[in-house]
Amino acid sequence: MYKLETREANLFYGAKQALKGISMGIDANAITAFIGPSGCGKSTLLRCFNRMNDLIDNTSITGSFLLDTEDIYRDVDVYQLRKRIGMVFQKPNPFPKSIFENVAYGLRINGEKNKTLIADKVESSLKSAALWTELEGNLKRSALSLSGGQQQRLCIARALATEPTVLLMDEPASALDPIATAKIEELILELKNKVTVVIVTHNMQQAARISDKTAFFYLGELIEYDETKKIFTNPDKEQTQNYITGRFG
Amino acid sequence: MRAKEKMIELVMLLCSLLTVVTTAAIIFVLVKDSIGFFREVSIGEFLTDTQWTPLFSEKHFGILPLLCGTLLTTFIAILVAVPLGLIIAIYLNEYASRKISGTLKPVLETLAAVPTVIYGFFALQFVTPLLQEVIHGLAGFNALSPGLVMGIMIIPYISSLSEDALRAVPQSLREASYGMGATRLQTALKVLVPAASSGIIVSVILAISRALGETMIVAIAAGQEPKLTADPRESVETITTYIVQVSLGDVPQDSLEYNTIFAAGMTLFVFTFLLNNISFWLRKKYQNRYE
Amino acid sequence: MKRGNSNLLTLKDSAFKYLGITCLVIALSVLALLIWDIFSRGLLRLNWSFLSNLPSRHAEKAGIRTALAGMISLLLFTIMVAVPIGIMAGIYLEEYGRKNWFAKFVEINISNLAGVPSVIYGILGLQVFVRTAELGNSLIAGAFTLALLILPIIIVATREAIRAVPSSLRDASYGMGATKWQTTRRVVLPSAMGGILTGIILAISRAIGETAPLLVIGALAYVPFIPEGPKDQFTTLPIQVFNWTTRPQATFIVNAAAGIIILLTVTLILNSIAIYIRGRWYKKISY
Repeated sequence: MYKLETREANLFYGAKQALKGISMGIDANAITAFIGPSGCGKSTLLRCFNRMNDLIDNTSITGSFLLDTEDIYRDVDVYQLRKRIGMVFQKPNPFPKSIFENVAYGLRINGEKNKTLIADKVESSLKSAALWTELEGNLKRSALSLSGGQQQRLCIARALATEPTVLLMDEPASALDPIATAKIEELILELKNKVTVVIVTHNMQQAARISDKTAFFYLGELIEYDETKKIFTNPDKEQTQNYITGRFG
Repeated sequence: MRAKEKMIELVMLLCSLLTVVTTAAIIFVLVKDSIGFFREVSIGEFLTDTQWTPLFSEKHFGILPLLCGTLLTTFIAILVAVPLGLIIAIYLNEYASRKISGTLKPVLETLAAVPTVIYGFFALQFVTPLLQEVIHGLAGFNALSPGLVMGIMIIPYISSLSEDALRAVPQSLREASYGMGATRLQTALKVLVPAASSGIIVSVILAISRALGETMIVAIAAGQEPKLTADPRESVETITTYIVQVSLGDVPQDSLEYNTIFAAGMTLFVFTFLLNNISFWLRKKYQNRYE
Repeated sequence: MKRGNSNLLTLKDSAFKYLGITCLVIALSVLALLIWDIFSRGLLRLNWSFLSNLPSRHAEKAGIRTALAGMISLLLFTIMVAVPIGIMAGIYLEEYGRKNWFAKFVEINISNLAGVPSVIYGILGLQVFVRTAELGNSLIAGAFTLALLILPIIIVATREAIRAVPSSLRDASYGMGATKWQTTRRVVLPSAMGGILTGIILAISRAIGETAPLLVIGALAYVPFIPEGPKDQFTTLPIQVFNWTTRPQATFIVNAAAGIIILLTVTLILNSIAIYIRGRWYKKISY
């Protein structure tokens, strides 16, 4: 059984088709990478899984998307869905609140009022995001006072606080320097045990480093999807070969 | 929880509808009460009679004197505000540094924030006596004084909005002009102002609308004698002053004399309504050009 | 371009610079002159008795106590009505409204209302609140009238403040399963507060200075008592100043000037606070 699955998915922005007949299954507790040149639809597909595309006017979707075999567009409440699936964005977007309030946000909107419970979950989330020791107990500081890399880990902690089973990451390290990137990659590898990770990345070496399976997209189509090792050493399709050797994109 | 969300959205929707209701109410009130007036006074008489004396024993109901007073004071104000406002806008945009224009813009906008009774006092007590020294035949109440003061007051309407319009002109146009060796003045007059022309026109229209609707400055300094004249040295009465004059007096409500304020108000509203809509439409049009 | 002309062009260019500065100086000098004139006339009149006395037919004994009380009460009622409605409408139009004809229609409306002369609001208030609703020329009628007048200011300020909040913050909130109202209340509004506050202060500043609509609804110039409830009659400082300004006696002119000093000072302070808040908020929001 796949954790996430899509069957014959098509997405249209108005008249323009951004996704063409995508069918694939994401394994649980694995890291799956989406790669491909700009505009190939990898971010669009990612955002379908937590229905973030609903927020954009004029989009229409056919086909089905499944989380734990439930159809997320027909059988699941969208707000519940987004609590079960966390998302981390390309540019870190912490709220202009304190570090504590950022991580506690997900709990508060769920109506959680127990202060001790919130404090515990904030602590464990920050630990999972490898931020706890760095912050030295000063959680009342504004989140904006952190460095870029720390902010992104804060966003990961924030997403983890509601204990989602899936984490969608849209080029999470592209705005960060190499050291911060390395820390994020280390973190993602650790998270694999608790969550299923789907990561969109422009950086092929990154995909090769951390993912178990990789999907290559081009112009809205899924070209090839297989074990990462195979994609990067011996892909079946010529297009994949051309992309990973840098012939285009 | 969804029900709560829907409730909140409904309340918000009602709040925004209030603005529509307000406009409708204004139109309704003016039209309804004007109809009462026009049952007794023909529209022809209203528009063509050259005297306005509803409060005297021999009654005339021609709007022209009041309209004339309004237009005369507005004209003087615009004569002051447009050149000054535009020159200031160009100066702030092309000549002054970011820091200076950033500091001066809010200071200028203060001019528009001063309560108008204060300007009225200033016009009556300072400007009129001062002008009387140089202008022969300037009456104690006249159109010139309040016109000039109004002009100063509405400078920010023109300078701020025009400056915004000039700033919105793409940098590439400026670079093309400077790249050919044009001076700042040439660039401003030959390239920027034409490119920003709709924004500038909008600012002038809004300034005119503001001047037409001004009450206190003219009520204090222009006088309460409706007169059909083009001489700014004479005292005049504007539509707005007349409305206030009747409100302060003891004309019985629902009498014909009282209903004159609705007919007068309607006239004023038609002017400003038209101008406001034209400027809104123009603004929408030029906003899309650079998107 | 001919070489010979370039000197003339440079000359014109510099000349315009001085022209621009001159115009600026003219505009600002008028303001400075006004302030100087007012202060020189009225500063000496400002004393405790002026502030605390009731109005009187004797200029030396007259004070602005009731005018101040009326102004403050009126302001409080006006704010209580206009601010919640204005913010809610602004949120709806910016966050909830779809970009359809209805939204455009409301937008045109608001733009129109912002340009309606204040006397017309007075006529509206007179017919609707004073007469039809039978509230008389009371504080509450005045408050409703002024509230309608400043509503567009608050709505526009709220919309612009909300628009300035980066959409990445909204994405983060929605991504965590928050509903629209939760996102608005917890993320958007707190970030937009600075801009909204600026708008409210500017609206207050405008309301304080309004005279014409209140005169039309029948606010009196001579009110020798402090209004105690919303149905009481009232007067305000601008009305009191207007009343004194129209008297021929020099002593009343001095009173008017003194009243203006207070009015002007309050207005300038409010405007400066608004500008300060707006400046700080813009820095915060563009991070």
